[in-house]
Amino acid sequence: MAAAAAAAWGCGGVWWRAWQRGGGRCPAPAPRRQRAVSCNARGGAVLAGKSGLAPWVPVVGLEIHAQISSNSKLFSGSQVQFAAPPNSLVSFFDASLPGTLPVLNRRCVEAAVMTGLALNCSINKKSLFDRKHYFYADLPAGYQITQQRVPIAVNGRLSYSLCIDNKMSQMVTKTVRIKQIQLEQDSGKSLHDDTRSQTLVDLNRAGVGLMEVVMEPDMCCGEEAAAAVRELQLILQTLGSSQAVMAEGQLRVDANVSVHHPGEPYGVRTEVKNINSIRFLAKAVDYEIQRQIEELENGGTILNETRAFDSKLGCTVPMRDKEGKQDYRFMPEPNLPPLILYDAKSLPANMNHQQVVNIDWINERLPDLPSVKRAKLVEQYGILPEHSFTLLNEDGLTEFFENVVKQTQMKPKKVIGWILNDLLGYLKQHSLTVKESPVSPFLLADLLNLLEKKEISSTAAKQVSNRVIRSHKKLWGTAGKQITSCRNCVNAWFLNTCCGYKSVCLKVFVPENPSCCRKLLG
Amino acid sequence: MLRASLREVSAALKEGQVTPTELCQRCLSLIKSTKFLNAYVTVAEETALKQAEESEKRYRRGQPLGVLDGIPIAVKDNFNTAGIETTCASNMLKGYVSPYNATVVQKLLDQGAVLLGKTNLDEFAMGALGSDTGGSTRNPAAHCGVVGLKPTYGLISRHGLIPLVNSMDVPGILTRCVDDAAVVLGSLAGHDPKDSTTIQDNFKPFELPNLPDVSKFSIGIPKEYHAPGLSSEILALWSKAADLFKNAGAKVIEVSLPHTRYSIVCYHVLCTAEVASNMARFDGLEYGHRSNMNKSTESMYAATRREGFNDVVRGRILSGNYFLLKQNYENYFIKAQKVRRLIANDFVKVFRSGVDILLTPTTLSDAVPYMEFIKEDNRTRSTQDDILTQAANMAGLPAINVPTALSERGLPVGLQFIGRSFQEKQLLTVAKWFENQVKFPMIQLEEVKRHDHGVFQHQKSASFS
Repeated sequence: MAAAAAAAWGCGGVWWRAWQRGGGRCPAPAPRRQRAVSCNARGGAVLAGKSGLAPWVPVVGLEIHAQISSNSKLFSGSQVQFAAPPNSLVSFFDASLPGTLPVLNRRCVEAAVMTGLALNCSINKKSLFDRKHYFYADLPAGYQITQQRVPIAVNGRLSYSLCIDNKMSQMVTKTVRIKQIQLEQDSGKSLHDDTRSQTLVDLNRAGVGLMEVVMEPDMCCGEEAAAAVRELQLILQTLGSSQAVMAEGQLRVDANVSVHHPGEPYGVRTEVKNINSIRFLAKAVDYEIQRQIEELENGGTILNETRAFDSKLGCTVPMRDKEGKQDYRFMPEPNLPPLILYDAKSLPANMNHQQVVNIDWINERLPDLPSVKRAKLVEQYGILPEHSFTLLNEDGLTEFFENVVKQTQMKPKKVIGWILNDLLGYLKQHSLTVKESPVSPFLLADLLNLLEKKEISSTAAKQVSNRVIRSHKKLWGTAGKQITSCRNCVNAWFLNTCCGYKSVCLKVFVPENPSCCRKLLG
Repeated sequence: MLRASLREVSAALKEGQVTPTELCQRCLSLIKSTKFLNAYVTVAEETALKQAEESEKRYRRGQPLGVLDGIPIAVKDNFNTAGIETTCASNMLKGYVSPYNATVVQKLLDQGAVLLGKTNLDEFAMGALGSDTGGSTRNPAAHCGVVGLKPTYGLISRHGLIPLVNSMDVPGILTRCVDDAAVVLGSLAGHDPKDSTTIQDNFKPFELPNLPDVSKFSIGIPKEYHAPGLSSEILALWSKAADLFKNAGAKVIEVSLPHTRYSIVCYHVLCTAEVASNMARFDGLEYGHRSNMNKSTESMYAATRREGFNDVVRGRILSGNYFLLKQNYENYFIKAQKVRRLIANDFVKVFRSGVDILLTPTTLSDAVPYMEFIKEDNRTRSTQDDILTQAANMAGLPAINVPTALSERGLPVGLQFIGRSFQEKQLLTVAKWFENQVKFPMIQLEEVKRHDHGVFQHQKSASFS
């Protein structure tokens, strides 16, 4: 089934959309003319409609659930661990045994305060817990404990950057307001076994601490949403308050999408769920924007509904079991007193920081946030801002870069090109992470040194590095052994560009047999 | 021996006049002979005898754990007891064996108490008799002629107590005399890290003076407690009690708690709302009754809950959910919380004006005979019976019923004392003084005849003079 495909390029300039009509179930928007788009003064994308029709302003807000990185759950002492045997991490409280009571986990509070401070929020010194009621197999108590009335942090902002026109050279910084951060329980997991008409429930995740971060509808397209989430992810990982790995369910994003004509009130919004990666987030949001525009331009209406993103088809579909409006019957959680936090001013004289959570104490110990790290990289190494983004975006790449710089005479401004183009390009091509790189910083530094000393030409160096990298699989199979430096071989290879020598060298390009190598090449 | 006070029994055990095993066996046989009363849901005969044996060994070594060692106790069936069925008298938890002990149960067992079994209650404690939250320690105490103490909210851990209204529930203590209540309180009170609503301050167990002196106290008589339906008998007793205090030199003044009359309707809103919430966990998935209906998860939930809960429980769940709906929340739940604040403030104002203890009736009349009892529906009954005890729960204050006299029908009648938050020592001191004055007769249990109206053989009715 051919799927409807959408391709979008940047929000800052002309926004083209190309659709292929698909034979799939997905209600693909008509593949007609492409729509030209230009940014309005505020930076929100404006889609030019059909000729004669008013343009559209898309509005995107996000609700992000980040699992708190802690040893035990939010209100009970059972362990937090991914992929443990089903129902092996369930305390009496998690299973909702009658008579059990919640006890607040201090580490979770600290994680939320850290995150709030990093997002420039006001931390509420007094916040409250509430019960949100609904019936579902993965919610044993029939309610979730959350913070609906007064959450722990409010009114923050997050700055993120995008490249315009997909060119790395032009980056623009945007801000999204953070409405609030609230502490709440995660639910268990239910697996539907349709063959046996049964539902299997695993409560390992039930009660794990979550921070819900609500981003105001200040974004206008999939790329902005993706960039904002990526930046949040980096911040959370830097703080350590959440590992924020989407694939492990530690970071979940729901998008609220609507469209309206400029100057008119906001349109009806839909909620898009089931988005499993940042890439899919951008796709889902862009699809939904387009779907809504098509619907409205055809005289239809948008339902205030919840839709799921189908990653295979690349479209959003209505979610069957979320029909009808839910009344969650919010009620204060009577078993938890208000959460009181202190700062240096309000801390009573006889209390020390071990007895209470002190906002100022936490603030003083916050690590450098990504934005600060990037600025430092730019200043220290003279690289471009957009380079620093890429460095931080790839897990381990900054470290790799800095290690190479340490071991080579080549200027960092030149090293960065090798890192971002050659190394990263190859890794991306073969879906490898930096950690899985067959080339170590040491080897690359060695190679770059040869280049600096003009012992090889840069073309040759590129060839070598490509060859070396590409060859690793042949020689090592999937064992993933890293090629350690074999200077003599590399040297010899450069000096002898004859194919025969090359292939011979390759065959014996084994760190274990350097002597063999030397023999062959003289 | 079965009529003696806790301290007397404890002394007897220490001196070897009776052994824990003998005591336990006597209690068990009395339970058997009064089985028609249906007072026990579960009798834990085997474990009780084992515990008694262990206690005996300790006494023989001269190393009892404390004053509670070897003392037979019973626990209401909404407290979790590991290994012994906990049902809340509901079909929903029939056969449910909890894996853990409630904190208060654990504390009693750690002191060497012998757990005889789990006592009966209205389903999930939702009736006049047994709602631990509107007076169900004090009401039955008054009707049965025993001391019933409801301590201050937050003094005793609720961990393991299956909740009715989390913001009002308090474990209650039923004993023969006020001194015994003080002893048990001493072993139960104190911060529990498993219950975040218990206070952090260190609790110091206390002993009551042998000859309490009430001349320095100011006793308040709230006029609103002269409620419609209050029997003339009880009114007279109340008045006589006030005189007793006056004659002893205490200051006795009339006070006003103007929002008392709203407490029942306020309670109804808050109680049903919390009930609807607390009962949401009973879905048959993790524990308890599960229906055979298996067409879908939702239909299984619905059938389980219909089968597991009785009318009263289901009625309260429906009411509670109604009050919690978004469109109703402000008008009902928030309003009720505001009224609750007003009720609590009534007490604050009175206590601030110099009054130490309030003296009120506990119930409107003596116990109503069974045939009469089942005529009216549960809501009316709750309204009637809880009116004098409910406000103390609303305000979280400590309150105690002291058996006062026998009615004309020969049934026990008690009076209630309400004290300041966490001032149990003061409250019990006054209660003990009063107990000494009225000398309420001990109920004879040895020869209980089967009787249609369940009236015990009794001594001639008497009122204190």
